[in-house]
Amino acid sequence: MARTPLEGIRIADFTWAWAGPYATMMLGFMGAEVIKIESRKRPDHSRMRSLAAGPTFGGPDQAPIFNDLNLNKMSVTLDMTQPKAVELGKRVVSISDVVVENFRPGVMDKLGLGYEALKEVKPDIIMLSSSAVGGIGPDRQYVGYAPTFSALGGLAHLTGYPDGPPIPLMGSSDLRSAATSTFAILTALYYRAQTGEGQHIDLSSTETIAVLIGEAFLEYTMNNRVPFREGNRDGIMAPHNCYPCQGDSNWVSIAVATEEEWQALCHAIGNPHWVSDAKFADAYRRWQNQEELDKLIGEWTINYTHREVMEMLQKAGVAAVPSLSGLELWEDPHLRERVFAKEVQHPAIGKRIVVNAPWKFSATPAQVSRYGPLLGEHNEYVFGELLGMPKEEIQRLMEEGVID
Amino acid sequence: MDRYALSSIRIVDFTWAWAGPYCTKLLVDMGAEVIKIETNKRPDIARWMPPFPEEIPGLNRSGRFNKRHRGKLSITLDLTTEAGIDLIKKIIGVSDVITENYSRRVMKKFGLEYEAVMEIRPDIVYISLSAFGTTGIYKDYVAYGPNQAAMSGLANLTGYRDGPPISFGTALADPTAGLNGAVAVLAALYHRSKTGKGQHIDLSQTEMFTCLVGQPIMDYVMNGRVLSRDGNRDQIMAPHNFYRCKGEDKWVSIAIATDEEWQAFSHALGDPPWTKDERFSDQLSRWQNQEELDRLVEAWTMDHTHYEVMEILQKVGVAAMPALNGEEICHNPQLRERGFLVEVDHPEIGKRLMPGVSMKLSETPGAIRGSAPLLGEHNHYVFGQLLGMSPKEILELEEAGVIY
Amino acid sequence: MPEKALAGVKVLEYADLISGPYCSKLLSNLGAEVIKVEEPKVGDRSRSAGPFPNDIPDHEKSGLFLYLNANKLGITLNTKTETGLAIFKELVKGVDIVVENHPPQVMEDVGLNYPLLNEINHHLILTSITPFGQNGPYRDYKAYDINSQAAGGLAYVTGDAEREPLLTPWGQAGYQAALNAAVGTLSALYWREASGSGQHVDISVHECIASILGDVISFYSYMMMVRPRCNTISDLAGVTVWPVDIYECKNGYVNICVLEPHQWRSFVDLIGNPDWATDPRLEDRRLLYESTERQEAPDLGPLIKETLKRYTVDELFHGGQQRRIPITPVNDAQGALTFPQLNERGFFVEIDHPKAGRLRYPGAPFRLSETPWSLDRPAPLLGEHNEEVYSRMGYTKNDLVKMAEAGII
Repeated sequence: MARTPLEGIRIADFTWAWAGPYATMMLGFMGAEVIKIESRKRPDHSRMRSLAAGPTFGGPDQAPIFNDLNLNKMSVTLDMTQPKAVELGKRVVSISDVVVENFRPGVMDKLGLGYEALKEVKPDIIMLSSSAVGGIGPDRQYVGYAPTFSALGGLAHLTGYPDGPPIPLMGSSDLRSAATSTFAILTALYYRAQTGEGQHIDLSSTETIAVLIGEAFLEYTMNNRVPFREGNRDGIMAPHNCYPCQGDSNWVSIAVATEEEWQALCHAIGNPHWVSDAKFADAYRRWQNQEELDKLIGEWTINYTHREVMEMLQKAGVAAVPSLSGLELWEDPHLRERVFAKEVQHPAIGKRIVVNAPWKFSATPAQVSRYGPLLGEHNEYVFGELLGMPKEEIQRLMEEGVID
Repeated sequence: MDRYALSSIRIVDFTWAWAGPYCTKLLVDMGAEVIKIETNKRPDIARWMPPFPEEIPGLNRSGRFNKRHRGKLSITLDLTTEAGIDLIKKIIGVSDVITENYSRRVMKKFGLEYEAVMEIRPDIVYISLSAFGTTGIYKDYVAYGPNQAAMSGLANLTGYRDGPPISFGTALADPTAGLNGAVAVLAALYHRSKTGKGQHIDLSQTEMFTCLVGQPIMDYVMNGRVLSRDGNRDQIMAPHNFYRCKGEDKWVSIAIATDEEWQAFSHALGDPPWTKDERFSDQLSRWQNQEELDRLVEAWTMDHTHYEVMEILQKVGVAAMPALNGEEICHNPQLRERGFLVEVDHPEIGKRLMPGVSMKLSETPGAIRGSAPLLGEHNHYVFGQLLGMSPKEILELEEAGVIY
Repeated sequence: MPEKALAGVKVLEYADLISGPYCSKLLSNLGAEVIKVEEPKVGDRSRSAGPFPNDIPDHEKSGLFLYLNANKLGITLNTKTETGLAIFKELVKGVDIVVENHPPQVMEDVGLNYPLLNEINHHLILTSITPFGQNGPYRDYKAYDINSQAAGGLAYVTGDAEREPLLTPWGQAGYQAALNAAVGTLSALYWREASGSGQHVDISVHECIASILGDVISFYSYMMMVRPRCNTISDLAGVTVWPVDIYECKNGYVNICVLEPHQWRSFVDLIGNPDWATDPRLEDRRLLYESTERQEAPDLGPLIKETLKRYTVDELFHGGQQRRIPITPVNDAQGALTFPQLNERGFFVEIDHPKAGRLRYPGAPFRLSETPWSLDRPAPLLGEHNEEVYSRMGYTKNDLVKMAEAGII
């Protein structure tokens, strides 16, 4: 079997919801062994409902959304209100390389599982604490979810129609934050490989979003100007928008950056008389007159499906891509060929389509190897085999409710 | 409307040799009336310079003089006489410009230095051309055109790579001084037309020529480096040289600056294998290997006349021009079509070809307005018409040796 | 504050390298306001020519660019775009002179040839500098400096008769064209004062070179002779009598031009009156000019060369000048920059440039007593005066940001 990049790395995963689990799942795709430490008393809310989509599920093992976010992981259940459970948690950490948590700052400390405490059981432990606004500062106790990250981070303000409200971007902010967490953890692992030293990473999800809009900040620090929502407009490209196509709510995005692309576009749409209007004669004028330009282009795109527009324009070297729905993404031939999605067999909810690992390594492929774990599915394996506890002890702890 | 740009200007011309007369030549071709002040006692040195028709010398037979002084008027005055000075002052009184290139002492001796002339004509534009300028420790030193070019630094940079500095083919500094002088006089005349004020222009020929040595001077200023002779080489262009052609002492210049030009060149030669040699694959490698490249190029040019090479290469957009000799210049189709060479009829010399006006103005085209004057040819016009003297008065002064 | 000769004159420079820029440099130093139009991002080609301080290429520190373009305002503009072209035409409305050195066909294709510009501005003087002029069979030919010197006849007469013709280096054809252009432009400007009308000044580099050939054309038209390569008149008959040449001496080279009998006599005295030089027949000036005379004269070349090697440059220079003989050193760049006469007259000027620092440059080619030559600002950074110039036309800063992104400026 092919090797994986993070073979031999073990993650003690205290995360829940989206931002934490997605990070550890990515590490899992790369071959790390991820032990998700859960609690039956207070399960990960994505086992219970989909905050974004709305529905609730029949039981903790019935949630497709949980499956999507926790593939490849193992699950153990510990009731952290009991000191013995905390001890067990520490023992899991002692055989792990990385600890990841996304509770409110202070929670892990209160549980006795703060960085200083964990360093004692594993001096070179790498710990990442992900929170809404970070572990220090006056607002650190505030609760935050994805919408707040993009709101506080500034991205929401910049997203939306100019005559509409800011758009908060929902769950994707969690996933953006998670990607940053994964990157930080990998960097810490590299450092540890060079020096033998672990460390504590304090990650603010709000900050991970804020770093994506650098120019907006610089506009303010350089020129005292606050950028505003501009819908689909670009700083200078025109055409640059989504255009209506044949059918119900079908749109295609088109973006033209150079003179050559503009010529190609004009030619591809049959050189209608309006393209030689002086109003559109160079990049600056097209940008100035883009409202009218958009209207005219829309009058052409409406006659075709969004895929047809893409084919015609891409053939001419013009950037045109349909705005794809979820179903269209699943059915898209290009993504199919890329193995963008996979089918996973889940014992409780059956065959599920999940998004595959997003990188294609040539020598150490990342992969989806199993479904999201049932609650407590790996108690025996983790405590019995990995920690070497005898069966009776495990049994006793279960009766005590430590392993819940 | 007057069709000469400077027809309202009258110039009293004390200049001799080449630099000063070149200045007044430019102005006379543009329509100025130029009265050359001569004397039988010491005719302008150029009246003695060949070529002469049939090689028979004479004061009114010099081809060099004819070319330099075409269109000008000539009067003879003995400026060592008081009466002569009186007459000059009267002429200055109705003139706009004085041009002179005597040493300072001479004009002062005549009482015709700038301050004195200003009393006669306060708004006079007075230009003094000299080798070193009117001030400074070498102001009384003697230097002709080639000397000035030597001091500027340009002579040191002209020559074959393995050879000594070469005095230029023609004394470049002289006509260059004339051009600079004309620029200064015209600027002063423009200023005078706005303000009514004249002024004095001090032109050091060494200084004006040093202005043409830009890059080598900057290299010394910036890097303390003294550049040396490099034959026909360029800083980066290659091929860039003169190549022998069919016939006796026939050469063509070829200069290639871009890969595009090189492709066109190779193609025009029929894409011989050597043009694909790695050593000539880009601009830098061509420049580094130009010795070998020159040999190969010349092997091709040797089979063609220089005009043929020009035609073949210009057709594909490559810069190639034959090194035209005197005869070829006189028959060159481009110069002929542009009417640059003009046949001028001179009473003693007859019809001769000479270079015309180097600036084509669309509304007031300059022109050669006549041949060079015979010595004293316009005494009657100037003294009689301009100054209103009677023929008797003029005769008396001639007999007294004043008009001489 | 001293007046300026061309105060109030506005020039738009649409040119690069030497022939256009040196022409408008002359006008700017006489007081005209020159706005130099450069292509966005790339700028004038002379920005790559160097030299560069410490040999580190930098588009803002090229010696040639800094020298030729000091005193000008610099804007960027892409005339290949409709907006850029419209802006250029707008600029033309407000200037007196346009100096350009693009191929004639390019100006036509872009829509900026004389008839079109004249329509926009009847008072405009358009000065066009091209290798071969606006018409004729060579109109669309390509020529770099070496080619112009070849076609102009200068190369043929420069160098040794037995070897290939020589280039006079560092862009000399360009400078000659620039000077002719300045004369033509100012003549047109002067005439415009009286007539109110502009015109087209058509400068052919080819003709500028063919105008300064000295006696080359006359030799052919008078004697059907082709003047060969030789060092001025002294070598024409193959013998040297009076020294008119560059001579090697003990520690360098000097240029000697003995053109008059009294100068010959003084020269003989300078070199210690050697026997071979004292023949009174050698004082006949016709030896210099008449071939029949010269054919009978001795060739003193080798003897003169030998003798001069015994003296230093200074001995010949000052010793010669004291005797009123035209002898001067052949300076290299260092010699020119340290030459006492030039420094005493303050010929070299210094100006501070924001990137290249404080440097010395050659200064005034002539001195006007009432309206002195002036250098008020260093060469512009690329696009440095976009805001200043375009705001006069009503563009806001934001407009300029967008136009830059769109490749207009």
